[in-house]
Amino acid sequence: MATLAEPAVPNLDPMAPVPFTVQGVREELEDTFTLELDPPGGRFDFAPGQFTMLYAFGVGEVPISISGDPSRPDRLVHTIRAVGAVTRALRNLRPGDRVGVRGPFGTPWPIEDAAGRDVVFVAGGIGLAPLRPAICRALERRDHYGQVVVLYGARSPHELLFAEELQDWGGRFDVTVLVTVDSADRTWFGSVGVVTKLVPRAPHDPANTTAFVCGPEIMMRFTGQELHTRGVDPDHIFVSMERNMKCGVGFCGHCQFATELVCRDGPVFRFSDISRLLNVREV
Amino acid sequence: MTQVPITDVLSAHPFFRGLTPHAIDILAGCATEVEFPAGAVIFKEGDAADACFLLTGGNVALEIVVPGRGPHVVETLHAGEVLGWSWLFPPYRWTFDAETLIATRAIRFDGAELRKAKTADKELGYELMIRFAQVLVDRLQATRLQLLDMYGNAG
Repeated sequence: MATLAEPAVPNLDPMAPVPFTVQGVREELEDTFTLELDPPGGRFDFAPGQFTMLYAFGVGEVPISISGDPSRPDRLVHTIRAVGAVTRALRNLRPGDRVGVRGPFGTPWPIEDAAGRDVVFVAGGIGLAPLRPAICRALERRDHYGQVVVLYGARSPHELLFAEELQDWGGRFDVTVLVTVDSADRTWFGSVGVVTKLVPRAPHDPANTTAFVCGPEIMMRFTGQELHTRGVDPDHIFVSMERNMKCGVGFCGHCQFATELVCRDGPVFRFSDISRLLNVREV
Repeated sequence: MTQVPITDVLSAHPFFRGLTPHAIDILAGCATEVEFPAGAVIFKEGDAADACFLLTGGNVALEIVVPGRGPHVVETLHAGEVLGWSWLFPPYRWTFDAETLIATRAIRFDGAELRKAKTADKELGYELMIRFAQVLVDRLQATRLQLLDMYGNAG
């Protein structure tokens, strides 16, 4: 597991939100935005895959994965889909406003452990946001890895998250980016089909691959199966789970996932540890 | 066109893995190499399904025209994938349009010849049906996931 640097301003009580200042709010998609926060003390260290609890004062608190580059601890970045009262309140924030932050919490993507191996990132929809820090870290330390592949599936060409960045990554000679959408008209010249169909086209050695998968749970289930079918060891497939997190530190039990608490034991899990649970409706 | 004998191309392709040299010879007898420029219509919905294609390079869009909305791409196929199964089942009519997105190469199998070959050689027929059934299962599974609208706003 990655180790975290000591935060410049240690938050000794994980239940107490620390006020951060809004630096900017950027529209990404019709219902999705990126919130950039200035940490007090000038830095906020985290590991790729971790999340924070964001508190819109007077409205409520939500768990949001960090989408920023871990090499830029001077800014805390989240990419958020506005779907409820709290996320809509966060969307309405303006530079200079204050947000409460708890964290970072949760297990990280074990990107450092994948050194020497091919790495395949598979994202669906807004699932690209929690994977972005791990992709940034892999590109920052590009010579640590074999093939670096990003597979991304979205609903339509108009709903591609980080479209410019995908293009930048794909423009590199040392990265393969394959994008597909579920549905398109003739103005789209890219792939159409589910993201699992990209796996056979991804240049990688399955026996020496670590895969990081993030998206809707059913997408992760089928992607994990496809990777396994193609020869990737389920011990080397990692997924990021989502449940209704409240406390963020394993006290309240709201995010129970069978015997696991997603906030404390996850959100990043080894596929081999949880794949059997993904087919259990009651979980 | 490739200088590699078509029997070698077929033998090396995962879709035909495990077939006997005799079966490969029969299939090669039904096959020709073809090339299409970008934007070429390979077949149109409703036309006679007289062939299937093993894509060896390029991309092909499967489209359906939705009245009032124009052509809608339901799937794209890429090198290594099989295009077309309507040659297998009556009434042998294409159910989608197929158009190349970029310059595309393929091995084209004559549908009528294939039907004759699989009827004459039951073992070959079985092997072909197993392989095309797997393609159908994979496409059905993918279509089900597409229908779920996984990335839609669940909230």
